[in-house]
Amino acid sequence: MYNYYLTIVLAPLAAAIIAGLAGKKIGRAGAHWVTIAGVGTACLLSMLVLKNFFWGGAPAENISVYTWAVTDGLRMEVGFLVDRLTVLMMCVVTFVSLMVHIYTIGYMREDPGYQRFFSYISLFTFAMLMLVMSNNFLQLFFGWEAVGLVSYLLIGFWFKKETAIFANLKAFLVNRVGDFGFLLGIAGVVMFTGSLDYATVFGQAKSIAGQSIEVFQGTPWNAMTVICILLFIGAMGKSAQAPLHVWLPDSMEGPTPISALIHAATMVTAGIFMVARMSPLFELSTTALGFVIVIGSITAFFMGLLGIIQNDIKRVVAYSTLSQLGYMTVALGASAYSAAIFHLMTHAFFKALLFLAAGSVIIAMHHEQDIRKMGGIKKYMPITYWTSLVGSLALIGFPGSSGFFSKDLLIEAVRDSHWQGQGAVYWIAYLSVLLGVFITALYAFRMFFLVFHGEERMDAETKLHLHEPSAVVTAPLILLAIPSAIIGWFTVGPVLFGDYFGGAIFVSENKDIVSHMAHAWHGSFALLTHSVRTPVFWLAASGVIAAWFLYLKRPDIPEIIKIKLSGIYNVLDRKYYFDDLWIKGFAGGGRAIGQLLWQRGDQMTIDDTLVNGTARTVVRLAGFVRQIQTGYLYTYAFAMIIGLTALLGWLIWLR
Amino acid sequence: MDFSQHLLSILIWLPIIGGAALIAIGDGSDSSSSRAGLMRIVALTTSIVTFLFSIGLYVGFDNAFTDMQFIEKTPWVDSLNVFYSLGVDGISLPLILLTTFITPLVVISSWDTIKSRPAQYFAAFLILEGLMVGVFSALDALLFYVFWESMLIPMFLIIGIWGGARRVYATLKFFLYTFLGSVLMLVAFIYLYGQTGSFDLFDFMGVPLTLGAQKYIFIAFLLAFAVKVPMWPVHTWLPDAHVEAPTGGSVILAAIMLKMGGYGFVRLSLPIVPDGSEYFSGMMIALSLIAIVYIGFVALMQKDMKKLIAYSSIAHMGFVTLGLFILWSFDGGMGAGLGITGGLIQMISHGLISGAMFLCVGVLYDRMHSREISDYGGVANTMPMYAAFMVLFAMANAGLPGTSGFVGEFMVIIASFKANFWYAFLAAGTLILGAAYTLWMVKRVIYGEVANDNVAALKDLNSREFIVLAILAVSVLLVGLWPAPLVDMMSVTVEQLIEQVGHSKL
Repeated sequence: MYNYYLTIVLAPLAAAIIAGLAGKKIGRAGAHWVTIAGVGTACLLSMLVLKNFFWGGAPAENISVYTWAVTDGLRMEVGFLVDRLTVLMMCVVTFVSLMVHIYTIGYMREDPGYQRFFSYISLFTFAMLMLVMSNNFLQLFFGWEAVGLVSYLLIGFWFKKETAIFANLKAFLVNRVGDFGFLLGIAGVVMFTGSLDYATVFGQAKSIAGQSIEVFQGTPWNAMTVICILLFIGAMGKSAQAPLHVWLPDSMEGPTPISALIHAATMVTAGIFMVARMSPLFELSTTALGFVIVIGSITAFFMGLLGIIQNDIKRVVAYSTLSQLGYMTVALGASAYSAAIFHLMTHAFFKALLFLAAGSVIIAMHHEQDIRKMGGIKKYMPITYWTSLVGSLALIGFPGSSGFFSKDLLIEAVRDSHWQGQGAVYWIAYLSVLLGVFITALYAFRMFFLVFHGEERMDAETKLHLHEPSAVVTAPLILLAIPSAIIGWFTVGPVLFGDYFGGAIFVSENKDIVSHMAHAWHGSFALLTHSVRTPVFWLAASGVIAAWFLYLKRPDIPEIIKIKLSGIYNVLDRKYYFDDLWIKGFAGGGRAIGQLLWQRGDQMTIDDTLVNGTARTVVRLAGFVRQIQTGYLYTYAFAMIIGLTALLGWLIWLR
Repeated sequence: MDFSQHLLSILIWLPIIGGAALIAIGDGSDSSSSRAGLMRIVALTTSIVTFLFSIGLYVGFDNAFTDMQFIEKTPWVDSLNVFYSLGVDGISLPLILLTTFITPLVVISSWDTIKSRPAQYFAAFLILEGLMVGVFSALDALLFYVFWESMLIPMFLIIGIWGGARRVYATLKFFLYTFLGSVLMLVAFIYLYGQTGSFDLFDFMGVPLTLGAQKYIFIAFLLAFAVKVPMWPVHTWLPDAHVEAPTGGSVILAAIMLKMGGYGFVRLSLPIVPDGSEYFSGMMIALSLIAIVYIGFVALMQKDMKKLIAYSSIAHMGFVTLGLFILWSFDGGMGAGLGITGGLIQMISHGLISGAMFLCVGVLYDRMHSREISDYGGVANTMPMYAAFMVLFAMANAGLPGTSGFVGEFMVIIASFKANFWYAFLAAGTLILGAAYTLWMVKRVIYGEVANDNVAALKDLNSREFIVLAILAVSVLLVGLWPAPLVDMMSVTVEQLIEQVGHSKL
């Protein structure tokens, strides 16, 4: 299997290098063929590996590839840990990536940076695979930062656009804030275990939990809590959890295919994956889990609300992504790691689908992204319409769709989790995910109706050219719509309740809500019939109806609400002022500090006063000394003799 | 003649002789003649041959050997018991390799950009190369001091003759700062000579000293080395010197000369005055953290690209001193070795990255004669190849894993977390600050619409520039992806150093 793993990782990398360095030579077609071949190979082999695990019962493999460095007893290696969690991620990443590669042929057809784009997305696939397949913290951090790098390059792909290069800098820096915590967390792990290797660290998890660390003198904190919260800060950056979420909506400045691949399906789920991977650590700190669940709840609920007032088609989907990432985080905090990963998987399919469908609309609309200027597109773009419908239904958890299984069970897990009866944390989490269902349905179908139904608000010129894009665009839509629709039905039993993850995810017995739920599991069909009686279903349904009523039937009402509730609207419009906090507060504050230290510290105090001041004093002294310089040789000779005697005397005396 | 016995001498004297030959031949009346071309060939050949010899050093070096290797020892001044004594270990070898590696690149990069007196210009660099190798290999304090001080002269000339408009102020500041610092080092050497009757560094390391004496000696060394590193608050000469220096001068200054400070701490301060070093370690850590954070903020606001990189150098060198001086924060176990190794690797890595960054700025400066960030914008449109290199080096400067910039910082942060949470907290701040100042510059210079007609007229890299940057890019990635060879080279020496520092001299 070792050769498989190596090929899976290296094929996209090799393709990226070829397309990047020899882009001119191999031409446009060459670039997309070589990268599609690379990612296709990775995808195919990943599925073979999955088959081995799923049906072949293959055991987890932990392989070292090469030793990065050894110093002071700390082994730093590059290696693979492939188990059931990893292989699931590998398949999701390579499959979505393959779809996006194909789609890009159509979407970027006229772009002068065609080869560069393919090189980047293949490089991304490599980095993401390194991240998920790692068997140690060092490589995890490498993959973690490498996906951040590619995300930076891709958000700023159209580097002439001021908004794009602002967004990519912002994305990178906010992610770096997360990585700051992440790196400290890793340092903490090394401090207590002396190792970067997952297996060794997890083996010593209990001993970490028994120790404490004094961040502030005299107040010992549980070491595991400190480490887990620091690691989770990293996840907050990558998986865009409040308050580090601010970069994700802006990242929509990048081309749509990467919004689908990086900012919906894969990279942003790295944080979720990481916490699930670290479950042996997080399980040992209830405080850290509480932190996780609260952050997740805030993100799930409040970011969903913002989705309702967005008018840019991609931004609606972006806020939806934030909210769904919040859902996954809540599941992590509820110790329902497998539910989080399951939702991650279904979400990857339907969210990539929604983004690519949005991209399809954007191409057809000649890069118009404002949904107020769309409407009635259904009859022009039937494939996009139907696939979008599948995606939207999966997003709101329509019974039977993939999102239904993952979200319904996620909410159930939160309801029955170990937080039950723990007061505020429980209610914050449960109410957020529950009410979030209504909000999700509302924003999802608001967009859906405004784009595809109702009156046609685009100008005549656009309308004339409105048609379905080519097959390279629609084929990925269809290929993603299929799993979005049905994958939940088939996989929920084995993956969530069939002990699929086995040893890959660790849950303490008293928190193991998912296996508890497994006892009450009677198959997909039973859940389907049961669902009609749950509040989840009715909340989703009322969300859709509300969207229909407000945006198709009586579009005047939202306007009235907007005016009546202008206070709330403004808060939402300004995104709870988080952008102001980051840009004016932190970025502006940082610049002000820099200016102050530079001008007052370096220039005034050190240079003017101390350095040049000393120089001036010397000049003044020299003026005085000049008086002593008589110009007579004997004075100089005398001074020299005195000096020499003193020096010699000192030397002798020293002996 | 057996070369391997005199490899170090060859590495020192070959470039110096080459440089002297260049001066002897002279520039002639016009700079564009075939004679100038000959000069360049001589300079390049000398530096490349020197580099090839240094590969012999690398090949012949035994990682597992605990003592100095390639030792040469000949009496120099009998009456004072001074020896011409050379040798390398795992600490100095990487720095010598860095020196011989960077110099040919500097020669290539200055190929036809220096119009006035090219022979003397190249001669200065060659002589400087020999002297720097001398500093890194001298085992006799007086020899060390001679190399250390004479190194200032070529650099003084490089900035003073081929520098920018304010070069006189900058050279004076550079010279006075570094000279004043090192004079006290000489005094300390003379004192130690008084104690031991020799200038042998190993005798210095062996002699018992009172804490009081150790403190004074540490301070004397500190002034010499802190200026070179440079550490806050004696750093302000560096931005001025960089701004005024020609590109090649900046590269050598940042890539190698700054390492003298770090090297001095490891070679002299720690083993000769271990108790004095421990006594001041808290202060040293504080100064290092100030360098990382304070200078990071200052770098953010720079308007001049070279100044920005100069400040970034100071911040990065903070990791070197931090890595060295957290040595005493561990009661056994892991940490000390990580910190020192991290610091040493950071020196090598910073040599590659800052060299590359200054070369990148030089490429733009050669075309537009401006270093102001605001004069640029949208360079990627006209110089895509250049932009790719710039982004790569910027990322390396921001410490991205996979580049050399990550390796040392990672080790130092890991080690300092164990020493004290807040050390790591402040040091890790570089993740944000380093990315902020570097990438903000990239955004303003590289990205965006073409800012003006000058940018629109820019030509992408020529093959000469491409080769230099490509070689550096490959080495930055190589060290980042596989630092093991470098780490292995150092590990035995580092272990021994820790052992040595652990023994009190009181």
